[in-house]
Amino acid sequence: MTVLFYVAATVAVFATAMTISRLNAIHALLYFIVSLFAVAMIFFLLGAPFIAALEVIVYAGAIMVLFVFVVMLLNLGREAEEQERHWLQPGAWLGPVGLAAVLLLELGYVLAQGSGAPATAGAVSPREVGRVLLGPYLLGVELASMLLLAGLVGAYHLGRRDKDAAR
Amino acid sequence: MTGIQLEQVLVLAAVLFVLGLKGLLVRRNVLFMLISIEIMLNAAGLAFVAAGARWGQADGQVFFLFILTMAAAEVSVGLALVLQLHQQFKTLDADAAAELRD
Repeated sequence: MTVLFYVAATVAVFATAMTISRLNAIHALLYFIVSLFAVAMIFFLLGAPFIAALEVIVYAGAIMVLFVFVVMLLNLGREAEEQERHWLQPGAWLGPVGLAAVLLLELGYVLAQGSGAPATAGAVSPREVGRVLLGPYLLGVELASMLLLAGLVGAYHLGRRDKDAAR
Repeated sequence: MTGIQLEQVLVLAAVLFVLGLKGLLVRRNVLFMLISIEIMLNAAGLAFVAAGARWGQADGQVFFLFILTMAAAEVSVGLALVLQLHQQFKTLDADAAAELRD
């Protein structure tokens, strides 16, 4: 388990360092997604499978796709095609794919160990998380919903592109 | 927690946080600054989950859910601001928006 943690931690730190040092936004996002996968692996090892799944689904799946969409939106133009051809060169995706392959090997090893769930003493089941979330932290859930509503309205207002800008 | 010590995870979270902070301070591209903020939020969540796993309580995971919610709201507003900045200044340089007036 400790070896698995070290491998995942190394991948996470390396991918994050590559993220903040890339010049191209898409390359940085690819590395950041790999870093999120590595952190999800660490969550799994820590006995938080629910959070590991959420990290992959919400963080890597939804928030990063939002980033990719915005990058694509910003690059509409004639040079975008040339840029895209440049992105598809092996140098762009070999690094993230290699790091993701390390994580895939690790995942395969964990699954081959027998029990899919981590057999930890301190493992916290999703059921318990749900019970605590909607029990003592109910007020926090309500506040989070209001925050999400505010984010929705704010993003709509700021993202509006009005031609005459009557202000 | 099996074999993995709390200190190891906290060190990893600190390293990831400092990497995000460095990215935020060094880069001037607004998109990269947003990504760096995401890195820092993720590192904070890792520390929460590690502490929760240490004591066998669900509170750490609950707080990670709150951080996730906050990150989603922050990213949606931040990316709308990035689009607006690119529309007005034709650049993603944060220094271009240093002057607040039109």
